[in-house]
Amino acid sequence: MELEALNDRFDLLVTKRSVEDSFPVVKNILLLDSEGKRVAVKYYSDDWPTNNAKLAFEKSLFAKTMKSNARTEAEITMFDSNIVLYKFVQDLHFYVTGGEDENELILAAVLQGFFDSISLLLRSNVDKREALENLDLIFLCLDEIVERGMILETDANVIAGKVAVNSMDPSAPLSEQTIGQALATAREHLTRTLFQ
Amino acid sequence: MAQPLVKKDDDHDDEADYSPFLGIEKGAVLQEVRVFNDPQLDPRRCSQVITKLLYLLNQGDSFSKNEATEVFFSVTKLFQSKDLGLRRMVYLIIKELSPSSDEVIIVTSSLMKDMNSKTDMYRANAIRVLCRITDGTLLTQIERYLKQAIVDKNPVVASAALVSGIHLLQTNPEIVKRWSNEVQEAVQSRAALVQFHALALLQQIRQNDRLAVSKLVTSLTKGTARSPLAQCLLIRYASQVIRESANTQTGDRPFYDFLESCLRHKAEMVVFEAARAITELSGVTNRELTPAITALQLFLSSSKPVLRFAAVRALNKVAMTHPMAVTNCNIDMESLISDQNRSIATLAITTLLKTGNESSVDRLMKQITNFMSDIADEFKIVVVEAIRSLCLKFPLKYRSLMNFLSNILREEGGFDYKKAIVDSIVILIRDIPEAKESGLLQLCEFIEDCEFTYLSTQILHFLGNEGPKTTDPSKYIRYIYNRVHLENATVRAAAVSTLAKFGAMVDALKPQIFVLLRRCVLDSDDEVRDRTTLYLNTLGGDGEVVETDKETKTLLFGALDIPLVNLETSLKNYEPSEEPFDIDSVSKEVKSQPLAEKKAPGKKPTGLGAPLAGPPSTVDAYERLLSTIPEFLDFGKLFKSSAPVELTEAETEYAVNVVKHIFDRHVVFQYNCTNTIPEQLLENVSVIVDLSEADDFAEVLSKPVRSLPYDTPGQTFVAFEKPEGITAVGKFSNTLRFIVKEVDPTTGEAEEDGVEDEYQLEDLEVVAADYMMKVGVSNFRNAWESMGDDFEHVDEYGLGPRENLAEAVSAVINLLGMQPCEGTEVVATNSRSHTCLLSGVFLGNVRVLVRLQFGIDGSRDVAMKLAVRSEDEAVSDTIHEIVSSG
Repeated sequence: MELEALNDRFDLLVTKRSVEDSFPVVKNILLLDSEGKRVAVKYYSDDWPTNNAKLAFEKSLFAKTMKSNARTEAEITMFDSNIVLYKFVQDLHFYVTGGEDENELILAAVLQGFFDSISLLLRSNVDKREALENLDLIFLCLDEIVERGMILETDANVIAGKVAVNSMDPSAPLSEQTIGQALATAREHLTRTLFQ
Repeated sequence: MAQPLVKKDDDHDDEADYSPFLGIEKGAVLQEVRVFNDPQLDPRRCSQVITKLLYLLNQGDSFSKNEATEVFFSVTKLFQSKDLGLRRMVYLIIKELSPSSDEVIIVTSSLMKDMNSKTDMYRANAIRVLCRITDGTLLTQIERYLKQAIVDKNPVVASAALVSGIHLLQTNPEIVKRWSNEVQEAVQSRAALVQFHALALLQQIRQNDRLAVSKLVTSLTKGTARSPLAQCLLIRYASQVIRESANTQTGDRPFYDFLESCLRHKAEMVVFEAARAITELSGVTNRELTPAITALQLFLSSSKPVLRFAAVRALNKVAMTHPMAVTNCNIDMESLISDQNRSIATLAITTLLKTGNESSVDRLMKQITNFMSDIADEFKIVVVEAIRSLCLKFPLKYRSLMNFLSNILREEGGFDYKKAIVDSIVILIRDIPEAKESGLLQLCEFIEDCEFTYLSTQILHFLGNEGPKTTDPSKYIRYIYNRVHLENATVRAAAVSTLAKFGAMVDALKPQIFVLLRRCVLDSDDEVRDRTTLYLNTLGGDGEVVETDKETKTLLFGALDIPLVNLETSLKNYEPSEEPFDIDSVSKEVKSQPLAEKKAPGKKPTGLGAPLAGPPSTVDAYERLLSTIPEFLDFGKLFKSSAPVELTEAETEYAVNVVKHIFDRHVVFQYNCTNTIPEQLLENVSVIVDLSEADDFAEVLSKPVRSLPYDTPGQTFVAFEKPEGITAVGKFSNTLRFIVKEVDPTTGEAEEDGVEDEYQLEDLEVVAADYMMKVGVSNFRNAWESMGDDFEHVDEYGLGPRENLAEAVSAVINLLGMQPCEGTEVVATNSRSHTCLLSGVFLGNVRVLVRLQFGIDGSRDVAMKLAVRSEDEAVSDTIHEIVSSG
């Protein structure tokens, strides 16, 4: 009797998967800097209806994760009944959030796709300055990974390829794009910075 | 560690230069939008302006309606440019601006042109943009193109159409459902992601058609070459089918083999999805569970934190229902206690606390002590709660666990954490008699230096109730009296009450208590003074060693049995006069109104016993309700009330559920009825009960509901007499009888004349378990020994062939309706014998303990030895009768 009443708080967090969740849903993707400020963020869920709610989430998430070492492998935590995966490089912090019952490894694949495609597009020169100077690429990249919560693509080569196709020959079909071409495009893009 | 990228020191000073958006201003950017109107478009410059707009929006800036409209119109001009990069940015900004429907028209034709363009990239993106901003009417125009796009040979185009379909299904389901054939074709696509998206959409389209989903899963589980994501979806849908067919299928589970085969998939996400699905199957057997646990166990030693986290979280969940199945992972779990990721470490510890056995407790506690110092409060609370459960499971280990709790109580921590510890100690004191004295002293030490008023007062209250009953009550007085000097008024008042309780209960202490109380008469706070004066006057004896009279004890210890709301109303209505306020005049009836309001809004109430059958204090609530009905007063004390049993299907005209109230010689059925038809008013509602299959019962009275308007629950009662001391069982068939009157929906007035009508309800059974209350004991062996074998009755039974031991054990537990103790309701994997310990209180408040020993042989025949001990020989025999007739 007592034992039943003593449902651990953590147990509550791990119980009951909603039947409605028929496909994996990404709640948000965040790219923050080393002070927790936004570089680019994208929310796909109504859990944070106002900008202030979003900022509050980012602030406390950043505070909770900033001390962890997520540089070699992606890290993971429970946060506000959500699963958050994150990875840091230089002064950039990458986050992907999903519901508490989401398959952690699917979210990990999304984070990996996001992280790797940005690395490809920024030519491994992944830091805040480079990201801001190529912010259009970052926005396009987010747009190609998730559409309103539904995963569009997790393969970094394909994502980067689609983003970089911008300045390619319009008649070249997507499927024939190689990653080499994609990189070349990305590189070309770099040469003309945003605000010369 | 998170180091900002600083190449050189002087760089740091110009860090602001890092951002190309430094000093960006919305007004200025809105001005720049003008370049979109240039006859000679500069694509690069335009892209930059759009990026700035997106940056502003992304940082949380918002555009006014006018600003947004202006930007949108300028952006539409950019469709003239053939520049691919610019077009991509145009798509993005249109999605961000989410134009209104009259604005959408302006870009519709441009987007439709792009949708039919030769450039795949245009097509894919135009589809996504158009579907995002479109409404129903436009959708019918483009439906033809979308259907084509779904089966397009370019995977990006097909995926764009499919994903858009998933979202459109929410708003325009009838249109999207027409695409089934194309989506079906796309499911066969060789492109990995297309298949994934098609499968998700197809399942959404057919989610209300069980058979179709089942067929879909059947056909696909045989296929091959799928992306891991699609495979994960298939696993989810297969387990949905399993879940929904749970009641109809017997024997082997459909699709279990498929789930198991996924455990050998090369992608980790698929293995994990399958393992988790298997552990979540309802009524999963140990044989089915084992391969999934093994797969998860391998993940525990992965180098990737994500894998370790996922696995330990899934296993933690399994440990709640099948602790024995997880014990094989204990060694891996223990090494996770030192995991860098504290979430993983906490999950590992709480899992171990659930699966650990008595001998490993001490070792575990040592490891946890080191661990506690470097985790956050939220994790500490989880651990404290797990330790409390463990202590209740292994009461003999209370000493080391209590030690642990008191040690962490002295360390730093926030309110919630301290409260969790205090709550745990209080529960342990209550449940483990041996732990009482040391536990109380720990609490006393704690309030000596406690910064939380709430906790101090709670502990003082608890001390007042428990302290006087200990062997040496005087040792607590010092701690309590210290509070009177050192604390704020709230705590002082609580301390005074606690002192008075000691004075009332321990006659020998009364003179000292008087001395202490007198010192409080001049306290600066009026509440403290008032309490002191009251207690000095009521304790009596004027400081002599005398026995305290009963009235004083009631005043000090008795619970106020009047709802505070009612008391407050009565006091407000009281007008000062010669006549003193009479507390007995306050109604004791619990008004159901506030309870009903608490129900989640928007959710239509179904069985309307709900407001009463609410939270823990249901028995009290029932008792109060029954005591308002004079006819039931002679029945004596209510022994037990069952959970509400539904007598109607959901969504019928009248919703009825019933609660069985058991008295010594009577049984009362409380029918909670709700009329769900707005056009009807029911009057004189009663339930006619047919007793032809319940011989031992005789109806003594029936109490109808006078009137039952729409959506307002009412209760009708039927009471039966039954022979005393006999567990009379039977089946009752019920018919709802009433007079129905039509209600004019406009005026809400009912017609004069009504028609008598009846409504058939489902049958209700009174079973032996209704006479048993689930009451656990913390230490079964002690309870068993102290009960003695005076009324022991032992016998053996054959239960016939069973699926496995677990099934037999749970059948007997349900039959008896008793509380399993010490986790013995869980049967270990593949074990051939099992002992189960049960405890309960039988009708007439007779404590009963049961020891069940099960054995299963090769042909799955189950034999059971049943040993009963109770305080009454007749009851011991009754238990055996229940089992032999069940």
